[in-house]
Amino acid sequence: MPQFVFLWTDRLIFLLLGAIIAFTIYALRHEHLRAPWRQVRQRPLAMSALVVLLAYVAVGLLDSVHLRSRLASDNPQAVQYAPEIISVLDLIGEPLIRRTEVSFSAPFATHAFVKEVVEKPDGRMTMEYPRLRYGGRHLHNPNRRVADIVAKSFKGVIVGGLIWMLLVVVVAALLRRRDEMFGQTLAKLVRGDGAILWWPVTLTAGAVIVLISVVVNLSTYYHVLGTDQVGQDVLWRSVKSIRTGLLVGTLTTLVMLPFALLLGVAAGYFRGWVDDVIQYTYTTLSSIPSVLLIAAAILSLHVYITTHEEAFPTVVERADLRLLFLCLILGLTNWTGLCRLLRGETLKLRELDYIQAATALGVRNAQIMARHILPNVMHLVLITVVLDFSLLVLAEAVLSYVGVGVDPSTDSWGNMINSARLEMAREPIVWWSLTSAFAFMFGLVLAANLFADAVRDALDPRLRK
Amino acid sequence: MIAYIVRRILYAIPILIGVNLLTFTLFFFVNSPDDIARLQLGVKRVTPEAIEKWKVAHGYDKPLLYNNDEIGSARLTDTIFFKHSVRLFLFDFGRADDGRDISYDISKRVWPSLAIALPTLLMGVLVNITFAMLLAFFRGMYLDTWGVVLCVIMMSISTLFYIIGGQYVTGKLLRLVPISGYDTSWQAIKFVILPVIIGVVSGVGAGTRLYRTFFLEEINKDYVRTGRAKGLSELRVLFRHVLKNAMIPILTQVGALIPLLFIGSLIMESFFGIPGLGSYTIDAIRHQDFSIVRAMVFLGAVLYIAGYLLTDISYTLVDPRVRLN
Amino acid sequence: MTRKRFGTMVSYVFIAFSILVFSGQAPAAWNNPYPASDRHANILYSFFRERPKTLDPARAYSFNEYTIIGQIYEPPFQYHYLKRPYALVPLTATAVPQPTYYDDNGRQLADDARVEDIAQSVYEIRIRPGIYYQPHPCFARDDNGSYLYHDLTPVQLSGYRRIDDFAQTGTRELVAADYVYQMKRLAHPGLHSPILSLMSEYIVGMGEYAQELQKVHDQLAKKGEAPTYLDLTRYSLTGVEQVDRYTYRVKIRGKYPQFRYWMAMPFFAPMPPEADRFFSQPGMADQNLTLEWYPVGTGPYMLTVNNPNLQMVLERNPRFHDEYYPNEGKEGDVAKGLLADAGKRLPFVDKAIFSLEKEAIPRWNKYLQGYADLQGYWDRTGVPAAGFDQTIQMTAGGDTELTPEMQAKGIRLLTSVAPSTYYLGFNMLDPVVGGYSERSRKLRQALSIAIEYEQEILIFRNGRGIPAQGPLASGIFGYRAGCAGRNTYVYDCVDGRLTRKPIEVARRLLEEAGYPNGRDSVTGKPLLLYFETALAGPDAKAHLDWMRKQFQKLNIQLVVRATDYNRFQEKMLKGNAQIFRWGWGADYPDPENFLFLLYGPNSQVGNAGENAANYENAEFDRLFVKMKDMDNGPARARVIDRMLEIVRRDAPWVWGLHPKEFILHNAWVHNVEPNHMANNALKYLRLDPALRAERREEWNKPVLWPIGLLGIVLAITALPAVVSYMRKEGY
Repeated sequence: MPQFVFLWTDRLIFLLLGAIIAFTIYALRHEHLRAPWRQVRQRPLAMSALVVLLAYVAVGLLDSVHLRSRLASDNPQAVQYAPEIISVLDLIGEPLIRRTEVSFSAPFATHAFVKEVVEKPDGRMTMEYPRLRYGGRHLHNPNRRVADIVAKSFKGVIVGGLIWMLLVVVVAALLRRRDEMFGQTLAKLVRGDGAILWWPVTLTAGAVIVLISVVVNLSTYYHVLGTDQVGQDVLWRSVKSIRTGLLVGTLTTLVMLPFALLLGVAAGYFRGWVDDVIQYTYTTLSSIPSVLLIAAAILSLHVYITTHEEAFPTVVERADLRLLFLCLILGLTNWTGLCRLLRGETLKLRELDYIQAATALGVRNAQIMARHILPNVMHLVLITVVLDFSLLVLAEAVLSYVGVGVDPSTDSWGNMINSARLEMAREPIVWWSLTSAFAFMFGLVLAANLFADAVRDALDPRLRK
Repeated sequence: MIAYIVRRILYAIPILIGVNLLTFTLFFFVNSPDDIARLQLGVKRVTPEAIEKWKVAHGYDKPLLYNNDEIGSARLTDTIFFKHSVRLFLFDFGRADDGRDISYDISKRVWPSLAIALPTLLMGVLVNITFAMLLAFFRGMYLDTWGVVLCVIMMSISTLFYIIGGQYVTGKLLRLVPISGYDTSWQAIKFVILPVIIGVVSGVGAGTRLYRTFFLEEINKDYVRTGRAKGLSELRVLFRHVLKNAMIPILTQVGALIPLLFIGSLIMESFFGIPGLGSYTIDAIRHQDFSIVRAMVFLGAVLYIAGYLLTDISYTLVDPRVRLN
Repeated sequence: MTRKRFGTMVSYVFIAFSILVFSGQAPAAWNNPYPASDRHANILYSFFRERPKTLDPARAYSFNEYTIIGQIYEPPFQYHYLKRPYALVPLTATAVPQPTYYDDNGRQLADDARVEDIAQSVYEIRIRPGIYYQPHPCFARDDNGSYLYHDLTPVQLSGYRRIDDFAQTGTRELVAADYVYQMKRLAHPGLHSPILSLMSEYIVGMGEYAQELQKVHDQLAKKGEAPTYLDLTRYSLTGVEQVDRYTYRVKIRGKYPQFRYWMAMPFFAPMPPEADRFFSQPGMADQNLTLEWYPVGTGPYMLTVNNPNLQMVLERNPRFHDEYYPNEGKEGDVAKGLLADAGKRLPFVDKAIFSLEKEAIPRWNKYLQGYADLQGYWDRTGVPAAGFDQTIQMTAGGDTELTPEMQAKGIRLLTSVAPSTYYLGFNMLDPVVGGYSERSRKLRQALSIAIEYEQEILIFRNGRGIPAQGPLASGIFGYRAGCAGRNTYVYDCVDGRLTRKPIEVARRLLEEAGYPNGRDSVTGKPLLLYFETALAGPDAKAHLDWMRKQFQKLNIQLVVRATDYNRFQEKMLKGNAQIFRWGWGADYPDPENFLFLLYGPNSQVGNAGENAANYENAEFDRLFVKMKDMDNGPARARVIDRMLEIVRRDAPWVWGLHPKEFILHNAWVHNVEPNHMANNALKYLRLDPALRAERREEWNKPVLWPIGLLGIVLAITALPAVVSYMRKEGY
């Protein structure tokens, strides 16, 4: 049995997951909360985006279960665990981790990207592109690569398709109502029914599964997205970066939201000394350029880690703390913007007639804020959160450039983009790291935005039809 | 109104004190005077005595906030905090740890920063409003849908990518403008064009999308419907009513950017070799020059408060219903 | 205007624009970062990466500072520009003097006296008469002969923002007293000269002098006088004396042959007391007018524009003394054209403009566009990894040459191995990797074999480096090339070529050390090692991954402790680091300057010295003391060989690599020769501005068609919007 390890971010991410599940169950039982979501379920684009998001989240969650594997030992009493912490995802991707080349290689390449000195059998030294250690090793004749790739992709499509069909049947079996024929349920999944728009879900899931199947099948023979400077598989690095992206985007928001909402609305509503105090707090905080605040926080984390070295015996734990800290401090610098926006909006809202009337009628302040103001600013909150999600994922790259981003040992799109800026200037250009980091990040951000767009339309009282 | 402004200026003082104390604590927690000395003295052949001497010479040998060895008011004044931070309130930034006069450097560097940031901000707001109005005009049509998708695509691209890509294409492949650098006279224009364009382009996705939601929110309001029912043309409705009323959130957003005008864009200035305040700050962080960092933070705070005050005043100008008192 | 006419006009404008854009008839070189009027001027363009911290010769100690002040301040000696091995030649001095030795009783000894007998060495330096300082306001006098600008009040001063604001300038002849004054400045309590503590060990009376100055300084500070100005002419330093107007004498404790090398560094350049006096006036520093930023020298150039945020401009010093291009060089220099200018008067270039350019990629691209004349000459960075494949190809022999594309541009490549070393150090105080037991030694040796520096050179340095066999870099006395100089604990000699021992040898050593397959043979615990680093930036991750891979070959887990530079320093000082990366660039070409990095009494912990590994070996230390004072020759070489054998066996470092530096220069620059010691090389360079102007035009024709294309694409995308608008508004 391996030894499970719970990192700080793991705990938080599962806490967040639990909260979302709890809210979903709660919302399902309350009609007024359920109603807006019905609208979301009717939007094909949103449902597709949700499937893509879930795929990302699944990878992120797999990467959030950490463990130490047990070392082989003659003595069953003295059990030793491997020093390094790995995740379940690492177990799955073990072949990709193992198959590292010496340096750069292009996607699907069979030969290295950089020339090396090779000694010929007759003792002559020449410079040439050596065959890769793993990528395309199975090919005796590298010229037949394209045919091989097509064949392997086709196999992937078939396998993926079968898995998808199986999944559809299983889901149909689970969903089937007593009074339905099985065929009817299947038809519903493909065509959709009144309550849930099923077909985009089914189709997107199919596309995702087939894609994964093809990539998995190919990646055991090739480096599908090439290798980086030290020969690591770029596909693997991009996949490993998913967790970092999700964490920076979600945990930061999680931290900042309660403060921003409460303080922003209170400041705008009460004005007077409450406004003054809140403004004082956030003006003081936000007047400090955020890069500076982040730099100081990350540097002080260095001090902390250096003085408590024994608490962080492994790279993963150090990196994890740094990631968490980055989220906290990003949250701290980010909430002020939303807070200001909310205050401005509340200032405007409280002058509206019906709120003035409510005040005149003696409705309690808390009630006015909760009933009238909060719902009317929720769309602002959501828009900000959505915009922030992508901005935060992108900000991470910029922070890495200044040297105060995530730990250099952490896989993140920011780190990848950042190293790619040197690769961009190579000639011939090394484009695959940048492209794949960009593609993966783009997929996440786009899906999140599309989904959130629908949620906003559904939630905004003024956009609701 | 005047009373309000005076009151706000008085509020600025405690804010600045707070900022000062906060930066001071933050930076001294991570950066002991020993660290500062080591960084200033270089890498080769640095001895502990040299560090001690440097600290004495630069006033870093005192206690941080409270001096027990002194008598009376000197207990508070003979400290690193008092010696290094209090003078800021008189806008006397003093000397950097490397001996240069900070006010001098700031006065030289603020212009390049403005030369980049001001056109970027103005053009950015103009372009964003234009595009957002277009999208709002075509709302519900496929143009709007695809416009939003385009916005999402554009905002998913890292600024670093825009900068590197822009520099690569415009400077290297097309050879239209110098890759980087700056000049003091009108020659500066050729250096400024590219950063400004990149600045505008990299902000257009997020900006347009944000402004579009501001507009859409107004469009669905009753008075707009009334206006339309009265037979006003769509364009007139958009410009007369929607734009005017959406100005409050737009101003709020722009007001927050005013300090950045002066402080400059950190990344942009570094990449394009613009000798502005942004690169000044980033160098100071890298070299951990506390005096400069403190001065920049202070300046940023002052500008922030000014920008904030301006925003509030501008609210009353665009919407007479907002009362400041 | 009717709608129709408006439409016609728009299309006319569009057509006109397209013609302009597509015909390519645009003015050339839009991207020239410099004023067009300077196109044909004899100006050298170059970059600096980081703004210099100080231009005060008593403090400056890094390349980016020497790039500027090396051209301005003139120490008595310099390195011969062309000769190798590096040789000292006089600069302002008449000759490089031999020291005379004295015993305890002040009796003069023979030149070959035993080291133990020598109590003092005396260097007597005679400088050439007739050398004048650059024109500077600090020398300006009125008709009565009193200084114009030495007693300004702060109010008077407030009108002067830059040094050019002082209308009058003057000059003065260089005298020996100026050298004496500068050596006194090394002890100035306000300057914190980095070599003060080192020089206190050698220059007679230096330590006491520093204490005396400190006392005076404190008294002045108490009295409330401006504490920065100490008139050093009033306090004498016993070890340094002026003999006559042109001669001065330096007394050194014991024998210290390396002192002559020090005297070729700007630390020992002359400083006119007038300049110190001038810049120490109260109020000067508030305008940034200080010696830190405004050098005053006798050299070929003077600093005329001092904007470290943007540009530093060096202009020819009109009072520069006679100096001529060397008449002889090493073998092959004639063929390379390096002696074409032999005997001509220096300097050749009128002006040198250094622009701040922090990022590697723009720096590189501007070079390729012809807007920099040299690449890697001053900042020692050379070709960035990014531009490498485009520029340089390896020949079959493992050598390097320019790609045909670059050769066609007329670009030339010069390579040389730098006198510096990058290594991976083990903290010898550490309980696991440190210590002198057989167990820890074998562990270190195993790691030395496992960490393949050949790979690091290939992946991260594009082959720019040679794997180190010991601390000594090539070009330093005692270094042996090829198999003879190999580290026998890591390398085998196969067919006359160095070959790293196979990984099995390392595994066996690890097993012998008691860690079979990376696990402790007693407890079964996996071996964990810790690597301290202050690395940051885009390359860091790849580098650390690579490092982990090297340790994994032996199944050892490497824990990387990334931290910031200050934390790293602190850990090093306290001896808490286990494994770390470090480097050293030579101050002067002498083996002492490398081997002292392993000398016990120099250890970092306890002595705050440069021996970062805290290595201590009695035999090595004894030999070091002996070797230090020997003159180069077979006897010294033998001692060095023995020392190298000791450290190779103990393996306190994984001998990493010696970087190979690449200098690229465009066809219009002449007399470029890598010289890692000389920092005053600007005066030797010659330009062909006409050729440069021509090439720049040719290389920088703007490409305009994509803009036209972009316009068309935009117009097409706007079409649906226009159509929709028309429809909606009911046209």
